[in-house]
Amino acid sequence: MPETLPDDSVGLVTPQTQEFTEPLPLACGTTLDRHELVYETYGTLNADGSNAVLICHALSGNHHAAGYHSMEDRKPGWWDNYIGPGKAIDTNQFFVVCPNNLGGCSGSTGPGSTNPATGKPWGPDFPMLRVRDWVESQALLADALGIRCWAAVVGGSLGGMQVMRWALEYPDRLRHAVVIASAMKLSAQNIAFNETARQAIMSDPNFHDGRYLELDTVPKSGLAVARMIGHITYLSDYAMGKKFGRELRSGSFLRGQYDPVEFQVESYLRYQGDSFANNFDANSYILITRALDYFDLAREYDDDPVKAFKEAQCKFFVVSFSSDWRFSPQRSREIVDALLGAQQPVTYTAIDSPYGHDAFLLPSERYREAFTRYMAGIAREAQPTGEPA
Amino acid sequence: MNGPAMRLDQTEIQHWIADGSRILDLGCGDGTLLQYLQDTKNASGYGLEIGADQINACIDKGLNVIEQNLDDGLGNFADHSFDTVIMAQAIQTMHYPHRVLDEMLRVGKECIVTFPNFGHWKARWHLTVRGRMPVSDLLPYEWYDTPNIHFCTFRDFEVLCREKGITVLHRQVVNEQSPNFLKDLSPNLFGETAIYHLCRGENG
Repeated sequence: MPETLPDDSVGLVTPQTQEFTEPLPLACGTTLDRHELVYETYGTLNADGSNAVLICHALSGNHHAAGYHSMEDRKPGWWDNYIGPGKAIDTNQFFVVCPNNLGGCSGSTGPGSTNPATGKPWGPDFPMLRVRDWVESQALLADALGIRCWAAVVGGSLGGMQVMRWALEYPDRLRHAVVIASAMKLSAQNIAFNETARQAIMSDPNFHDGRYLELDTVPKSGLAVARMIGHITYLSDYAMGKKFGRELRSGSFLRGQYDPVEFQVESYLRYQGDSFANNFDANSYILITRALDYFDLAREYDDDPVKAFKEAQCKFFVVSFSSDWRFSPQRSREIVDALLGAQQPVTYTAIDSPYGHDAFLLPSERYREAFTRYMAGIAREAQPTGEPA
Repeated sequence: MNGPAMRLDQTEIQHWIADGSRILDLGCGDGTLLQYLQDTKNASGYGLEIGADQINACIDKGLNVIEQNLDDGLGNFADHSFDTVIMAQAIQTMHYPHRVLDEMLRVGKECIVTFPNFGHWKARWHLTVRGRMPVSDLLPYEWYDTPNIHFCTFRDFEVLCREKGITVLHRQVVNEQSPNFLKDLSPNLFGETAIYHLCRGENG
């Protein structure tokens, strides 16, 4: 626990809740009569509301992107490396908004919430969501906060998918789209990983067809395995080798001894799986991975991403990481090429990093430099009176 | 607005760019030229670059810069999708300059290429008198550690254009250092930097 908070931290933050009583029509055809979004904000909205930045989180993220909830917190928010005073997303310049997505499990309405029709948890009956539903609910949050047009909508991975959907659905409500380690659609291999994770959850005897909360239990071991699978794919072979190698946590290979061996990497993965399973809802995991699988940016544009991006009016900043094999640089190149084809303004940088998909969360000098400079340009635009560069 | 100082070849390029052109700048460096063309010619477009510091400098200028290795080709750009494709002082760093030239003329309606003249008298002097590969203030690299791997003289370049059926719309020679009257006398001997304005097609 930090005795004092670092200077470049947004400090102690308190989540807020916004209730929406207007029915929200969803892509699946059903309507959510009312819902809540929990969110955090950092920095101050300027007088003309031109400095607001929306952060879209990925699969396991939530509204707690930066800072600490209490002095007892061991770790800051999930993107604290890049959000804070003087950081890439500079909270001295920007008013940063990060909601927990609908269908999540960190406070926003989701499968763990009570279904008003039954008085029981929604569980598996919670409507299936698409990325566009998140965008719709984020737009409602923007309305509630008085934000007409985002200076930037920013996200990595699944968050980047939301950013691109924003650019097509609400082209006049964002000036910049920052799409990091993302893709216009998942590959078969990617869907396969997600399905394996879902099967791990669903084959847990405590899953009970998703009605585990009604039975006062949780499919912890299934969720832990799901997380372990995911976690492996977010790291690179190099990163795991460097962090764990073949080091043993316990046991020995000495001849003539029976001393069961546990590799460091086994212990680490189990710890990651267990701690995730304590904090995440299995139905949310299934729902979110399905939204990932279903996402296909250009589906309704005759499967032509160039045609899709012709809708956009913002500038794009696209970033990829060399060792990311879950959302490989090739996926980012496809985004860039479609933007070039649509003659849209785009800047692309391919960061050399050994840390796999997780690189978008981790400190990296080159990534930080490029990201910081791009965001600084947005901040200059957001001040129409103009401070010198 | 006063940007950073441009090289002479960059200053000359602007004369061949029409107002409102769509530009692709290959090896755009810190984006000085692209920014200048945007500011003065109302041009739009992209720069391609692989140097991290150069890309950062372009981001600072708010330019559209794409990290892309030119040796991988321009396959991601459609035919004739730009008015002018520019490559300033980079063709000698390409693995296959002749293919790059073909690609530039596929993607652009016209292209502009600038390169250092390896036929300059200083280079010839280095090789003939000293028996050493030329190292000068214009080309300050040792042979074993240089980005410049495919040198040519003005005459070499013209031969390549003729063989490829490329039309030279304009040609110009600029000198940063040597006196200008000499380069007018014998460009291939006294010219430092060549600027070629090219297109694919008839009447040369």
